[in-house]
Amino acid sequence: MMRTNRFKNIFIATLTVGIVATLYSCNQQKEEVIAKSAAEIVVNGEMEAELTSPPNVPKPVGKRPAKKLIVHMEVLEQVGEMTGGVEYVYWTFGGTVPGSFIRTRVGDEVEFHLENHPNNKLPHNIDLHAVTGPGGGASSSFVAPGHKAKFSFKVLNPGLYVYHCATAPVGMHIANGMYGLILVEPEGGLPKVDREYYVMQGDFYTKGANGERGLQPFDMQKAVDEDADYVVFNGSVSALTGNNALTAKVGETVRLYVGNGGPNLVSSFHVIGEIFDAVYVEGGSMVNENVQTTLIPAGGAAIVEFKVDVPGTLVLVDHSIFRAFNKGALGMLNVEGEENKQIYSGTIEEGIYLPEGGGIQSMPGDSKPMEVVAAKSREEKIKFGREIYMQTCFACHQGEGQGVPNAFPPLANSDYLNADVDRAIDIVLHGLSGEITVNGVKYNSVMTSQTLTDEEIANVLTYVYDSWGNNKSDVTPMMVTKRRSAH
Amino acid sequence: MKKYLFVFLWCLTISSGLFAQFDDMQKVKGGVFTPLYGVDSLQVKIDAFLLDTYPVSNEAFLEFVVQNPKWRKSEVPKLFADGNYLKDWKGDVQLAEYLLPNAPVTNISWFAAKNYCESKGKRLPTVDEWEFAAMADQNSADARKMESYNQFILEWYETPNSFNKPIGSTFKNFYGIYDLHGLVWEWTSDFNSVLISGESRQDVDKDSKLFCGSAAVGASDLMNYAAFMRYAFRGSMKASYSVKNLGFRCAKDIDVN
Repeated sequence: MMRTNRFKNIFIATLTVGIVATLYSCNQQKEEVIAKSAAEIVVNGEMEAELTSPPNVPKPVGKRPAKKLIVHMEVLEQVGEMTGGVEYVYWTFGGTVPGSFIRTRVGDEVEFHLENHPNNKLPHNIDLHAVTGPGGGASSSFVAPGHKAKFSFKVLNPGLYVYHCATAPVGMHIANGMYGLILVEPEGGLPKVDREYYVMQGDFYTKGANGERGLQPFDMQKAVDEDADYVVFNGSVSALTGNNALTAKVGETVRLYVGNGGPNLVSSFHVIGEIFDAVYVEGGSMVNENVQTTLIPAGGAAIVEFKVDVPGTLVLVDHSIFRAFNKGALGMLNVEGEENKQIYSGTIEEGIYLPEGGGIQSMPGDSKPMEVVAAKSREEKIKFGREIYMQTCFACHQGEGQGVPNAFPPLANSDYLNADVDRAIDIVLHGLSGEITVNGVKYNSVMTSQTLTDEEIANVLTYVYDSWGNNKSDVTPMMVTKRRSAH
Repeated sequence: MKKYLFVFLWCLTISSGLFAQFDDMQKVKGGVFTPLYGVDSLQVKIDAFLLDTYPVSNEAFLEFVVQNPKWRKSEVPKLFADGNYLKDWKGDVQLAEYLLPNAPVTNISWFAAKNYCESKGKRLPTVDEWEFAAMADQNSADARKMESYNQFILEWYETPNSFNKPIGSTFKNFYGIYDLHGLVWEWTSDFNSVLISGESRQDVDKDSKLFCGSAAVGASDLMNYAAFMRYAFRGSMKASYSVKNLGFRCAKDIDVN
């Protein structure tokens, strides 16, 4: 019995080893064949590469043969706008953050010219993750201001790759915007789609806090602590919103080439209102289907595709969601076309939802006011009002009442607010949704009704009217009670 | 006899002339310091030396070029100065209109800077001498641990186009020397003795003088970042290069007597 068993075991072990060995050698052979064939593709002629600024991408390679592809990339250190009133010295490949998009196909021999503008203060180089070779080209492309370097490489592996500067201190060069994407298409190109865009996330570290005005220098300490002030798509808060929003038409298939320059943060990339039909996971060859949120590592990328079925605005976010609403990682894709009520109805009916019956709904004013210390003076009202503001209103309307562009309207210097005190009280009491125009800008968002006492509403509104250049209206609890009973 | 007297007087004039030139130099008391990183075994000893109070100005270099035609833009061999040499000058002996005469001269090669200093009986400072003098802020000889000092340097490195400001427009340091930080980079005699390959991550593994440092960069070592940028910049240079944000100043040994 023992003996038989042992034989059996040995037999199984041998068999397993044999199978594994066979599988292994097959795999290895397969890989060798791929690598060999890509390396052996003969180039046919040469051409200057088309480079594009984000969010645009160059024309697809289609059926063109592998070529010698000449790329001229200029490094520019220049001041740009991070968000309204906040400037930053960006270090860029090609004058934009992210840098120019490079599109190649497997087998191309890329002749890369890196040109460091004479006005620049620092040496730079480039490490392309699509390069098979030491440093991804970094040591061959190290170039002083006012000089240029040339090197060449053959692209062997299809995929979407990050490139970045790798000059010391590396983190600082990347944090200042020195990254971009290079696409290597397979032979024959990627499947055709209707729209292609280039989106790249990055985190920024400024000496001043988020929103602090003026030319903000890079803050090395915050970068080391990974404490980002801004997390943005395409280099600035408004790069993909308002007039810069991406566009598509109902029925079209959209492909986004999404990268993450870092330097520190990993992106949970999500498009609000869509499901990715296909994701080229990490920019490689594996395609996952029906994905809600895809992880994009720092120094990594993904290709996402989706068909847009209904009109409206899709919102691109890093679903580490405070980054989206408080640090800028928010972009928009406006879809135009015919409604399709079957796919999405819009609001059909609005009503009151009372999960446990009306009985437990305590009317504001029933019990709470007893505990609240009534303000004795206008100063005290403003002081209490400020506390409520910081708890209740701050998250959307922000610390200086500046709001969040394209999402939450400003309270500072707000024509809409100053025009009508009763309307303001109503909004705090009952909430507001739909389009409004504040200081000439249209907002279409939702504010929920606030469960505050009449006294608290009076305090917070008095505080808001007293702040940021508003008209100093005084709101009394009586005024609030009156508006409440008017409904 | 008369003849000897003449020779004697002549010598006197020459030497006093030389002394006059050194009026604009400051003495840097030597010492021992650790460049860039904190490994005690790599300490460097610096002998006392003299260093120019200001970087060499456009007008001073213009005068040099007038007197030394072989360093004119049209005369200089390509081997000694690349195509960016005095790039924006209007001709051999005329500055570009936008350049301030009293701004530091830039777009000069290492060869030209070295020859300029030698023509004055001086030399270029070594990297270690330059770094030693540049550790000083207004009040102390070694301010490298001060956050405000490092922030000032880092901010300057990030600001493009500071080269066209008058010499002396930044702070006067502990030794009475101006503008080591804030206007332009400066050539040193052995600028490329510390090799940065350009692949900074690879350099970390190298058993080279520099890169124990990069692994040792801790959260508080802002000073290393500023120094890294200087060493990286120097590492990207060749002696014939001329760069818009790179000037120089001269140094001199202190006579033992």
